[in-house]
Amino acid sequence: MVETLHLYCRYIGVSVRGQMQYRASFVLMSIGQLFATGMEFLGIWALFYRFGSLVGWSLPEIALFYGMIHCAFAFADGFGRGFDVFPSMVKSGDFDRLLVRPRSTVFQVAARDLQLMRVGRLAQGLLVLLWAVGALGITWTVPLVGLLLAAIAGAACFFVGLFVLQATLSFWTIETLEICNTLTYGGVETAEFPLSIYRTWFRWFFTLVVPLACANYYPGLAILGRPDPCGAPAFISWLAPLCGPLFLGASMLVWRAGVRHYTSTGS
Amino acid sequence: MRGYASFLAARMRVLLQYRAAALAGFGTQLFWGLIRVMIFEAFYRSSTAAQPMTMDEVRSYIWLGQAMLILVMWGPDTDLRDMIRTGGVAYELLRPLDVYWVWFTRCLAQRTIPLLFRAVPMFLVAGLFLGLQAPPSPGSAVAWLGATLAAILMSAAFATLISLSLLWTISGEGMCRILPVVCWVLSGLIVPLPLYPDWAQHVIMALPFRGLADTPFRLYIGHIPASESVPAIAHQLVWTSAMVVIGRLMLARGLRRVVVQGG
Repeated sequence: MVETLHLYCRYIGVSVRGQMQYRASFVLMSIGQLFATGMEFLGIWALFYRFGSLVGWSLPEIALFYGMIHCAFAFADGFGRGFDVFPSMVKSGDFDRLLVRPRSTVFQVAARDLQLMRVGRLAQGLLVLLWAVGALGITWTVPLVGLLLAAIAGAACFFVGLFVLQATLSFWTIETLEICNTLTYGGVETAEFPLSIYRTWFRWFFTLVVPLACANYYPGLAILGRPDPCGAPAFISWLAPLCGPLFLGASMLVWRAGVRHYTSTGS
Repeated sequence: MRGYASFLAARMRVLLQYRAAALAGFGTQLFWGLIRVMIFEAFYRSSTAAQPMTMDEVRSYIWLGQAMLILVMWGPDTDLRDMIRTGGVAYELLRPLDVYWVWFTRCLAQRTIPLLFRAVPMFLVAGLFLGLQAPPSPGSAVAWLGATLAAILMSAAFATLISLSLLWTISGEGMCRILPVVCWVLSGLIVPLPLYPDWAQHVIMALPFRGLADTPFRLYIGHIPASESVPAIAHQLVWTSAMVVIGRLMLARGLRRVVVQGG
């Protein structure tokens, strides 16, 4: 275990040093990320400026959902990047090399890359989250803080799980499927707002088929002390963070099936 | 002129090969559009005050945005980046054509073909099922077409500026990330421009970015009447020319200090 961790650090170290070769570009990219995601929030602010509220939700409340999902996605995207670019490994046949090494494939793919510039998105998410926390005037108790942190960690696991599933698909398709982005990036976009504002079929899809609702919607409700406008019982809020690790575990099983199915492209 | 034309044609033929990618992109954009429509519907449910645009207009505006998205979505031109990284850019300088216009033509092709692939199905699907309405008058339709052509030119001029920035930061992604986002917000793709605060309208309307999306969209839905299309399109063209001038200056400076890598 310790040795695996050590090896992981070595892998990541190589990736980080590589990215640091283009330092000016790295700084610009991080700022670009901060800016890019920050501008999106500006758009939300502008809409609140014009409309006053969003079917009963205030701007700080939206900011809480928004900050949670962006922090979680930044972590997932930073650590799960190897899975994001994985289809190119299948295409080029590079995946063969991982199979002959004495470590699990999940480990090797996960350790391939750590995207440092995701700090830009993380910083932005944190800023919005902190502002929300300040503006909401919630009395923070230990369980609530725990729930917030667990929810972010759980949501990060959920997104890594999606990345793994997306990568697994490429064992069959060999291609990168842009359509998968609807669930990852689209999921972030969706979860910036409380799920209750969407149409029913859409809400069900992101609750039951893809458990995005557990990422920030249900925990967020408990933190805000609001009942679910759609009528889910309150205890779900406290169970929701568990959903992420479960989802990740399930997607690992699918990954394993994918590896068994893998036949090299032979190039 | 023939040289540039053949550049354009060759580039377009390359891009025609990526039909499957366009189809996948189409699915993604449908999804995106749906989310945005639902968000705006929720906002419109929340307020009974009169807004600068009706929900029907916003719906058309959003679907137009999804159809024309590619005009405001610039990735770094990877071929060009590799050329600069490997030193192949030296060949570009040897050609008996003006480098600026060669790169401009590249960008133009890069905009036009994916635009057609994505816009046509989006118009069909959104028009039939998702509430994209037809322009209110033939005049609006003509004005929209004119403004769209101007928007394509403007988009190519922007993209050329980004390509030129590769001469300074070789990996080029920093610039490629910041500029598009500014454009996203100020061209109307995130929030239709009339919905921004009234006190910001003058500045937003003076800036070039609205020429990429907002101007053609509002001409289409008749929010800007066809009779006012001439100043709107002139605004696009003036800014496009300005960007061409800036691009040429950047190129002149960049080439003075360019170091060709590799041998």
